[in-house]
Amino acid sequence: MEAFFKRLSALSATTILLILTSIFVVLFLYAKPAIEAYGLKFLVDPRWDVVITPQKATSAPKKTENLGGVNVDNEDDIPTVNIPKQNQKINVQEDDLGDIPTPASTTKVNTQDDDLAGVNVQEEDLGISAPTQNTQPQKQKVIYGGLVPIVGTILSTALAMIFAVPIAMGIAIFLSEIAPPFISKPVGIAIELLAAIPSIIYGMWGLFYFGPFISHIFGGGSVSLLVAGLVLGIMIIPFMASLTRDSMKTTPDVLKESAYAMGATKFEVIKDVIFPYAKKGIIGSMILALGRALGETMAVAFVIGGVFTFPHKLTDPTVSIPVVLANNFAESSGMSLSALFYLALILFVISFIVISFAKFYFLRDKK
Amino acid sequence: MRLIINKIVLLLSTLAAILGLVFLFWILITLTIKGISAINLHIFTNDLVNNGLRNLLVGQFVLAFIAVIIGVPIGMVAGIYLQEYSFGNKYAEFIRNLSDVMMSAPSIVIGTFVYAIIVSPVGHMNGWAGAIALAIMMIPIVVRTTDDMLGLVPKELREAGVAIGAPKYKVIFDIVIKAAKVGIMTGLLLAFARIVGETAPLLFTSGNSEYFTLNLNHEFPSLTVAIYTLATMPDKSLVDIAWAGAFLLTLFVLIINLLGRFVIKEKKK
Repeated sequence: MEAFFKRLSALSATTILLILTSIFVVLFLYAKPAIEAYGLKFLVDPRWDVVITPQKATSAPKKTENLGGVNVDNEDDIPTVNIPKQNQKINVQEDDLGDIPTPASTTKVNTQDDDLAGVNVQEEDLGISAPTQNTQPQKQKVIYGGLVPIVGTILSTALAMIFAVPIAMGIAIFLSEIAPPFISKPVGIAIELLAAIPSIIYGMWGLFYFGPFISHIFGGGSVSLLVAGLVLGIMIIPFMASLTRDSMKTTPDVLKESAYAMGATKFEVIKDVIFPYAKKGIIGSMILALGRALGETMAVAFVIGGVFTFPHKLTDPTVSIPVVLANNFAESSGMSLSALFYLALILFVISFIVISFAKFYFLRDKK
Repeated sequence: MRLIINKIVLLLSTLAAILGLVFLFWILITLTIKGISAINLHIFTNDLVNNGLRNLLVGQFVLAFIAVIIGVPIGMVAGIYLQEYSFGNKYAEFIRNLSDVMMSAPSIVIGTFVYAIIVSPVGHMNGWAGAIALAIMMIPIVVRTTDDMLGLVPKELREAGVAIGAPKYKVIFDIVIKAAKVGIMTGLLLAFARIVGETAPLLFTSGNSEYFTLNLNHEFPSLTVAIYTLATMPDKSLVDIAWAGAFLLTLFVLIINLLGRFVIKEKKK
């Protein structure tokens, strides 16, 4: 009995290892067709669900010729969008490609020119472009690339962090150093309770109240990268604030009191005593919050817009990896499903690295 | 000058705190107003197909309960291993860290994983898949709670048990777990509150259903998934139902959290 239970408990502990490794393996296996088809280029390819027809299809109907024009005009660039029926808009997007905020996207996009020269590019309008497909069924290839959601994820998370870090620090400083106990106690409890609210509530509030509010102030639609980033930021504020406060509270009173005794102001105590002491904990909690923001689905899904375009302004809609998964997963099959698994794998690996980094490097000696 | 900087910084951080709190209370207030105005007896007695929430509320609880039934034993026994049997070896430390990392893994990725192992072979979404996805989310939380709570039990209690000749599993079950019972129960309550509000792992595992069902082999009603679809509908009455659901969900989660906090406080006395 004793030996049995011991075996059982060790087995359960191993289950955790098993689940994690099988997540990796299963995601990899399902993503394999996409990985084989697109390789690492997937990471830098901005096209999603774009049908590519080889040049031979010159006898194809009028539509193709139209798009051939697009091709000639912009031989150096790649159409990025799958907004249907808006060839004009594609041209604009292409010309603007140089303005994309991330350096990686511009440079990498250019490396693909050779592949695309002499290739007709056409959008798949969710099946509306079927006539063309029928003429040359086997010559066409659907291209999936994950750059837009990857950039969208990084930008929305970055915005969230820029917005949330100062406010969360402010709350933490306020709670641990400024406010008298009769304020800091209830406010602290309220903050912790807010961290427990399901993320879908934040998303819904963002859609109906915060989005219109932001578009009223900054212009643009009520769904945009900016709204997504801010809602995400608001969502991680309570989490970050309560973790930061906890690690600030670990500073021994003696240290603070000696600094005050030397005549230091409150700010100096915070800056020169508390921060250096709690530095690792604070940075660690920020990275944990970052990991949470990276993988957040529901708060973002309502307000980011879900379109596969690069945001040229903050108020443009775009898409992030979890949102792509949430919106497209149920209807996908074959290659598109595999591409989604590829995205999921990328997201999992990124957040795994971020979280392990926080855990092993910053929060290790907390125990 | 120092004093002025000090004043400015303190003012700024107070302002930041106020700003943050304003946003957070804005959410709660709109949620309460919208939610209460949409709640009536009708939504508790009708299913989604008749603009009610009954099947969704029941469905969400059933999913979460099954997740508890699957996840809690595995998580607790794993936690017992980490605290009682590992004697601080490297493997246990590794598992402990891994479980912490898994706790923060993106929930949507867990959804895709369960889709791959269950929904895809079966061919359609079903309730079991949703419950398993929630269980996977829950296991690391339970491990952490059990691990922490057992760690608080004094060593002397264990030694006393061993001294009278009890086998180790008896010591664990009859002494250590009894001593840590309140803490573990609270932790489980909080873990339940956390997974009951999850949406992302359910989106393409259990899906949603408009009808009342307890059959886990088919698509299963889920409150959170329904909120997601209803809130984006153009029909205002459907959006109101979503608000009512969101309000009930938040109320439930907050009450459980307050309860857990209260229990911990009582225990400390």
